[in-house]
Amino acid sequence: MNAREAIGDTVQFVQGDKACVYGALLAGCRFFAGYPITPATEIAEEMSRLLPLIGGTSIQMEDEIGSISAVVGAAWTGAKAMTATSGPGFSLMQETIGYAVMTETPCVIVDVQRGGPSTGQPTRASQGDVMQARYGSHGDYELIVLSPSSVQEAMELTIRAFNLSETYRVPAILLTEESIGHMREKITIPDTVPLQSRPATEDEAAPHVPPFSPFGRGKKAFVTGLTHQDNGHPSTDDHEVHDRLVRRLCAKVCENMDDIFQADTVRMDDADTVIVSYGISARPGRAASEMAAQAGRKVGAITLKTLWPFNYAYFAELAQRVDHIVVVEMNCGMLYHSIREAAAGNANVTLVSTLGGKVADPTAILEVIR
Amino acid sequence: MASLKELTEREERLTGGHRLCAGCGASIIVRQILQATNYPVVVSCATGCLEVSTTIYPYTAWKNPFIHNAFENSAVTCSGAEAMFRAKKRTGEIPADKKVKFIAFGGDGGTYDIGIQSLSGAMERGHDMLYVCYNNEAYMNTGIQRSSATPLGAATTTSPAGTVIPGKKEYPKDLTEVMAGHHLPYVCQASPGYFQDLIKKVETAMEIEGPKFMNTLSPCPRGWRHANDAAIRISKLAVDCCFWPLYEVRNDTYALTGQSKLIADGKKEKVPLAEYLKPQGRFKHLLAPKNKELLDSIQEEVDRRWERLVKLSKL
Repeated sequence: MNAREAIGDTVQFVQGDKACVYGALLAGCRFFAGYPITPATEIAEEMSRLLPLIGGTSIQMEDEIGSISAVVGAAWTGAKAMTATSGPGFSLMQETIGYAVMTETPCVIVDVQRGGPSTGQPTRASQGDVMQARYGSHGDYELIVLSPSSVQEAMELTIRAFNLSETYRVPAILLTEESIGHMREKITIPDTVPLQSRPATEDEAAPHVPPFSPFGRGKKAFVTGLTHQDNGHPSTDDHEVHDRLVRRLCAKVCENMDDIFQADTVRMDDADTVIVSYGISARPGRAASEMAAQAGRKVGAITLKTLWPFNYAYFAELAQRVDHIVVVEMNCGMLYHSIREAAAGNANVTLVSTLGGKVADPTAILEVIR
Repeated sequence: MASLKELTEREERLTGGHRLCAGCGASIIVRQILQATNYPVVVSCATGCLEVSTTIYPYTAWKNPFIHNAFENSAVTCSGAEAMFRAKKRTGEIPADKKVKFIAFGGDGGTYDIGIQSLSGAMERGHDMLYVCYNNEAYMNTGIQRSSATPLGAATTTSPAGTVIPGKKEYPKDLTEVMAGHHLPYVCQASPGYFQDLIKKVETAMEIEGPKFMNTLSPCPRGWRHANDAAIRISKLAVDCCFWPLYEVRNDTYALTGQSKLIADGKKEKVPLAEYLKPQGRFKHLLAPKNKELLDSIQEEVDRRWERLVKLSKL
């Protein structure tokens, strides 16, 4: 049985967590290692049901440190591999996420966000891990973080996360929320999807990305989290080696921004005000834009699909065009700060912040732009 | 052991009104443990059913100091409190003769899996505390996923019994033996069905200074798929079939206790494993004729582990 057959009907009414599994299987994921945690458990359950049917492997680990580490190990055999968790487990994974960055290991991590800090609100949505996704591990690094605002997108952006992770040999994080993870919506499942695999030769590789040599395929693979030369061997005392390595790891993500960055826009042509959001918060953002349009206002809406790397140029240009940028987030303001930095005073930047599992109310957003 | 009359006269330190499921083993175990001692206690609790259901806002069911940290660190959080308690005794801030008992609770997920590092560290450092695992043999709080305590053959949502696998494919880790390998002053295994045995063990543990570990089987009507009134009967059957023997290890000396000792001495009958499996939906498929070989092999493994324990108890 192939992945598409295992998934079944073309049109289904499913949870975001399940759609994410579908996306992973379509993208070629054949290894999953996970650990139960609300609200991401359904991903582990569905993986353990479907992966064995298509010759894949799903392992339940002893904790999240084990989960991400097994994913890294599997990736070095050449497999496309994924894990899924929520805030507390995501915190435990951070050291190894940094290791995956340093070792340029393609892998996908799904974080179905719940209220934090700590155990917080296990069954309530939040966007409180936006900074953890970007800065959770130590050292300088860049990685890719995508955020779906519907169940359909949970599937599509999981596929995209795999493809970007493979192309750039960097961990890609699907940052979603309990609300998307547990919400059921109608989705349409494609028969085929575009597939990327990690580059095997210099010719196939994107700028700044070295080719990948998995274990046991003719080359001596040497993988280490220590600062290393181009051949993978440790060199921890030479500042130039470390400088070159870290700057290249950042450059391969940031300098490929045109390929990595995606955002959906509505009513932006002559907008003087724009509502910027992502994930579940994008939905009231778009609703507020529509309500404002009905009232004769010129209010556009931007739904970010790529959160990190942060597209400074995009927001700098946006701030030149509009007077007011309203950022809607389910946290105390996370992406808001980067947007304000990029706007550099050329537009007013206002935050609409909700906490406690509450999704922003469109009328509350309208209050801000009145 | 305190008499039944004395026990009933003691204050309930885990009060009613908590939200654990009807027939859950965990609250029965905690009440038995807290009733077994008159000392003031400090309780730490790992994330899990027990923590969630006993602390639903704006209430708490605990009448003692209670700290919940995270899933993996009940033992170490408790060890920090215990170490500082001793330090305050040294500095005179707390009277040197003050007796407070530290008890850490965790489910099997928080003990066998994610919390084993923290448990092992706390026990090795020798903190004066009792760690209690209420082992319901799966991740019940997140909706019945397998753990390393889940028995071979049990159906869970991440080891679903079907055409590909007959439930979980691995035998459970023997955590009591892992803890015995720490050479602690006191390690024991208990079952709430035999409550006098359990209470005696807590009484023993409370009088021993140093690190203690207790592993208790904890029936879960939701996850084990059994009737709400069957927890005690099933937790007795687990002992009667020698799947879950009652024993203790004091300074490396093994002793079978209670019902398990009676079975080993030939004074009580050892029942077939199938009797224990029958009332539980999670094992339903194992009793089908096509799985007879598998059932036989599980019986053999139960017998092998039991006979090993009987030998150890005679050393």
